Amino acid sequence: MKIVTELLAFWQLQADKIGHQTLQHIGLTAASLVLGVLVGVPLGLLLRRRPRLAPWVLGLAGVFQTVPSIALLGFLIPAMGIGPAPAILALFLYSLLPIVRNTLAGVRGVDAAVVDAARGLGLTDGQILRQVELPLAFPVLLAGIRTAAVINVGVATLAAYIAAGGLGEFIFGGIALNNPAMILAGAIPAAGLALGFDAALAGVQRLAGRRLVWAGRALLLALPVLAGLYLLPRAATKLLAGFSPEFVGRADGLPGLQHRYGLRPASVVLAPALVYEAARHGNVDIIDGYSTDGRIRAYDLLTLRDDRHAFPPYQAVPVVRHQTLAQHPELAAALNRLTGQLTDSAMTELNYRVDYLHESPRAVARRFLRERGLWRAPRPVPGPATIRLGSKIFAEQYILTELYTALIRGYTNLGVEAKTGLGGTTICAEALRTGAIDMYPEYTGTGLLVVLQPSAATLDSLGSDPATVLRYVRQQYRRRYQLEWLAPLGFNNTYALLMRRRQAQQLGIGSISELSRFLR
Amino acid sequence: MAQNPPALEARHLTRRYGTQPAVQDVSFALAPGETLVLLGPSGCGKTTLLRMLNRLVEPDAGTVLVHGQDVRQVPVERLRRGIGYVIQQVGLLPHYTVAENVAIVPRLLGQTDAWIARRTDELLTRLHLPPARFGGQYPHQLSGGQQQRVGLARALAADPPIVLLDEPFGALDPLTRTSIRREFRELPELRQKTMVLVTHDVQEAFELADRILLLDHGRVQQLGTPAELLFRPATAFVREFFAADFLSLQLRVLRLQDILSYLPLEENETPVNAYNSESTTISPTATIQDALQQFNPSFTATPPAPPQPVVWVRGLNPAHPDEPAPLTYPALMGAFARAAQQLQTA
Repeated sequence: MKIVTELLAFWQLQADKIGHQTLQHIGLTAASLVLGVLVGVPLGLLLRRRPRLAPWVLGLAGVFQTVPSIALLGFLIPAMGIGPAPAILALFLYSLLPIVRNTLAGVRGVDAAVVDAARGLGLTDGQILRQVELPLAFPVLLAGIRTAAVINVGVATLAAYIAAGGLGEFIFGGIALNNPAMILAGAIPAAGLALGFDAALAGVQRLAGRRLVWAGRALLLALPVLAGLYLLPRAATKLLAGFSPEFVGRADGLPGLQHRYGLRPASVVLAPALVYEAARHGNVDIIDGYSTDGRIRAYDLLTLRDDRHAFPPYQAVPVVRHQTLAQHPELAAALNRLTGQLTDSAMTELNYRVDYLHESPRAVARRFLRERGLWRAPRPVPGPATIRLGSKIFAEQYILTELYTALIRGYTNLGVEAKTGLGGTTICAEALRTGAIDMYPEYTGTGLLVVLQPSAATLDSLGSDPATVLRYVRQQYRRRYQLEWLAPLGFNNTYALLMRRRQAQQLGIGSISELSRFLR
Repeated sequence: MAQNPPALEARHLTRRYGTQPAVQDVSFALAPGETLVLLGPSGCGKTTLLRMLNRLVEPDAGTVLVHGQDVRQVPVERLRRGIGYVIQQVGLLPHYTVAENVAIVPRLLGQTDAWIARRTDELLTRLHLPPARFGGQYPHQLSGGQQQRVGLARALAADPPIVLLDEPFGALDPLTRTSIRREFRELPELRQKTMVLVTHDVQEAFELADRILLLDHGRVQQLGTPAELLFRPATAFVREFFAADFLSLQLRVLRLQDILSYLPLEENETPVNAYNSESTTISPTATIQDALQQFNPSFTATPPAPPQPVVWVRGLNPAHPDEPAPLTYPALMGAFARAAQQLQTA
């Protein structure tokens, strides 16, 4: 019941956004279907005349179909960047197979005697196509469009990852924040759309004769109109922001900025992995990031000063289960060897090596330990005892995981199993609480705002002093979850707003306050 | 013939599929109104030959002329719109009603709606498909025989001078086939048409043909009237082809007038006053088969009962050509046998 109330509240709060996203979603689906029909139907008809090409073309379309959608988007980004163009292209590629295949099956299914008779009566090839083959193939062709439509409504949620909007924005935000109401807020309209497209096309399919022809024409007109929904004017804006889904939903992310600075930039949602690229290539102007990210250096981005302390301190600290520490007393000592070793600049350097120079996190971690004289060759593992390390999906967490793996294997006789790539904070925290993992590196501010979620009064009392915040989360985690925050690693990986350095300097923006003033 | 070119002429038509010759050097010329039947076993090339006439198949060599004009000199669609085309599978457009199917070619030719409606009604009525009931129906609602009638109406809708038919009755059951064939033969629409009809059915060929072109492996075995093929076969193939049906074909080919001279000149035992006005008389141009069908049992029951069954034939007695004369069954069969024997040994 609680989730229903949350969901309704969310919808009420975000009504205009949901509406806009739904229109975008319909637009994306319809645009890709228009392309699919414009290319797929003639292609299917061509294959009818050139049957030898059919296995090749269908095979190729089938290959597109089998590429996982997120990977297909990934392939398109280097060539086309981000935004609606690659999203529509990817959706179009997905719609191609069912449309081509069904067009071909449809015209192949037309009785050869009917075509022969029509030709014998003196119909031209064009007349045979328009008056005989297409009308008779239409029900099968329509079934293909219907399949493509349903597939595309689903895949279009992924468009949110590349700043093309749609209902995926809330879905991915919800997944990143483990907020089921938020996921549903996007998923339910998406499912509704899929059912709507399916039912509408099924209705057309059931028509017969004259009415079917009219419905087909109406459909051909309606699709481009629906596709046009995507082009509804977005708010005209001086600067466009591109934010990761988690940042949009987190209290210390965009909502915090809105609260402290009154900052409401026009924004699109993007996959976390893509925000830096988007800023670098000028697709967006303002992004969220982490202050120790290597790409800040690599892409010459400027961290805007958080002059009103909207972002709480984010000291990196290993969080470990009490039970694990009790069972393996030698573990804490091994982990603490890293305490204070990683300053902001040290961590940024390591991230830079992985993110930009594409060195492996393991190699980077080992070299760092060697330089600091902490490296020891792995010891034999005599028993079954294994520490399960978790990490979120970004380079810094992978590096920290490798550092800890090396330390545990070098200084203890424990085995290590790494569970990298756990979606977001809440997934990691949940895994740790339930014992699916034994430890993972967390940031104090994240633990405070995402996991503990104290009242506004408590937050104010804590202020932005790193030590105070660490003391509070450590105490609360012990009491509530029997989890231990060990000593901080040294760096403070806080959220940061980033702009391209040159643009920021041109506009005279150095802090978030100045940005907020500029946008107003 | 000299000033009037043939309605349809084929000159040295040849067509190969790969290296396999389907039609080899076939020529014929049809006078207006003539019906040519292309006959032969399956795969003999008769359908390919037919389809070359309206350019559904292009010949590798040779020419087709319609009213003296090379068909390659007209746009192919215009050529086809001027030639009726009927196929075994009918090929009605399943999403068109009966009336719309019939209207296809007139519409392509730009006829007015009123003209098309009148013509459609007329044709459907003549083909025993009352337009009020059938005009709005879709092909799948019709029986096979009804569909073929619509197919025929569609081919005739624009009143083309030439009609091509590819096994038009091939898919029908024997009963429907016989009745439609009779309707077909008696259809006034078809009287003036130059027709080429493909069949592998010998009886059908003999029933409908003015001339028969017998093909084997794409080559002409013989081109001639049914009687010529039957009694003067050009090759062993022709003789063997008709061997199984020889007797029944003779009954179809020979007419009463052909056997008159073989009738016994014996005394007529049946008095002329036994002639009953209810009994039909037949003309000397009727085939033996038609005459045999007139030996109906009801005749024998008519009092006063004649000693033998008779049919009345006009023109039997050269002295009184307008007076119906009686013909008995034994007399008919005897004359037929003598005539057939004479023709075979000639």
